[in-house]
Amino acid sequence: MTLRQPPLREAHAEREAQFTDFGGWEMPVEFDSIRTEHTAVRESVGKFDVSHMGEISVSGPDACELLNRLTTNDVSALDAGQAQYAAITDTDGIILDDTVVYNLPETEREDYLFVPNAGHDEEMYDRWVAHRDEWGLEATVENQTTDYAMFAVQGEDAPAVLGDVTSVDLAGMARFAVAAGSVAGTASLIARTGYTGEPGFEILCPSTDAETVWSAIESQPCGLGARDTLRMEMGFLLSGQDFDPETNPRTPYEAGIDFAVSLDTSFVGRDALEAIATEGHDEELVGLTLLERGVPRHGYDVTTTEGGTIGTVTSGTMSPTLGEPIALAYLPVSYTEPDRTVQVVIRDKPKKARTTTTPFLP
Amino acid sequence: MSFEIPDDLRYLESHEWAKQQDGTVRVGISDFAQDELGDVVFVELPEVGDELQTEAAFGVVESIKAVSDVYAPVGGTVTAINDDLVNEPERINSDPYGDGWMLELETDEDLDHLLSPEAYREQIE
Repeated sequence: MTLRQPPLREAHAEREAQFTDFGGWEMPVEFDSIRTEHTAVRESVGKFDVSHMGEISVSGPDACELLNRLTTNDVSALDAGQAQYAAITDTDGIILDDTVVYNLPETEREDYLFVPNAGHDEEMYDRWVAHRDEWGLEATVENQTTDYAMFAVQGEDAPAVLGDVTSVDLAGMARFAVAAGSVAGTASLIARTGYTGEPGFEILCPSTDAETVWSAIESQPCGLGARDTLRMEMGFLLSGQDFDPETNPRTPYEAGIDFAVSLDTSFVGRDALEAIATEGHDEELVGLTLLERGVPRHGYDVTTTEGGTIGTVTSGTMSPTLGEPIALAYLPVSYTEPDRTVQVVIRDKPKKARTTTTPFLP
Repeated sequence: MSFEIPDDLRYLESHEWAKQQDGTVRVGISDFAQDELGDVVFVELPEVGDELQTEAAFGVVESIKAVSDVYAPVGGTVTAINDDLVNEPERINSDPYGDGWMLELETDEDLDHLLSPEAYREQIE
């Protein structure tokens, strides 16, 4: 299979980035060092090329209805210029992917865009078209993934750095607001969203102008390595790893994203989730801090102090900010309270860990 | 990117170096290896007195993004380990041939079967 490439593949290579295969895309994983990039975002600002994220536009009279029936949150609550986080579930309430839905600004029609994860764009486009036709809704669905480049500018200095090159009044933007404006002279969408826990913005611009926009943002370039350690410190989910319909089927309740589920709307998976909301669920994603040396990683077993297996690590790393090994794991709900002692098995050796709430950062 | 490959060391294909000292051989990983791994955050080493087999894994180096086994360039008995790596594993990044050394061992083997600096340079280029 040929890897898809972001518009700036060559520019990143010239900047001596290391690359990785992520969701079928060849993406920069590290420009300088994960620690350097991570620290830049936590202490000042960093920029990420996230052009591997999908972009699906949905427009027309029934656009809102179609999105509302296929995502867990209440799309009708969005005014133009607002965005929301949501899950996309199957009829059993299992998360297929998570996404941000944008009600686009400055448009007269019902114009929406949603951003599925890398490698999910074609599957989600097909899902939207199939359901539109099945339900007889009037909406135009387009997969615009290759038309757009997407960049994230994250960190407390993000408003200053991006403010230098945009026409948009960034200070006036609330969290999850989306505005249209120019960045380095290029017509773009700017959303006050991100995946790092820091203040920041995500920019969607035409892929043909990617170089102009990217090079105008004067900050540390960051790869997917730092993006991963930053999101883990916040306990944010990674699609395909912290949930996956094939390898790790989970509901939004197990994954701890109840806030993105609106049972007042009628979406695929709603009835299954209502039943679970009433009856409860057995396992939940829990934060772990290792009390011994080692690095917990995806796939490692979690056991009781007696050694019985109770779960598996879905994400783990050495937290660059805390200097402590941290992990996320699905454990029986009795372990959701903090300060329970468990063990993470690293190369056949059990290492003590304690449960904690997320985000891991204070 | 050019990597430091000291002329007084010998190398394994798996990117470990060996240095002949008085009576012992000192072992670590190369500049190329530390750069590939990125920020090293954890090192697992054998104990003094352990017997290592030639070219068998003797420990683990973990960076933020990867886990890598480390192989013994020569077999023998471990006489010293670099305890400083427990608290400061990042020494492997900052000084792979100096403060970032991993262990010393007593061996009957010479280093002739290992790669010369020139051969190792060719391998990584």
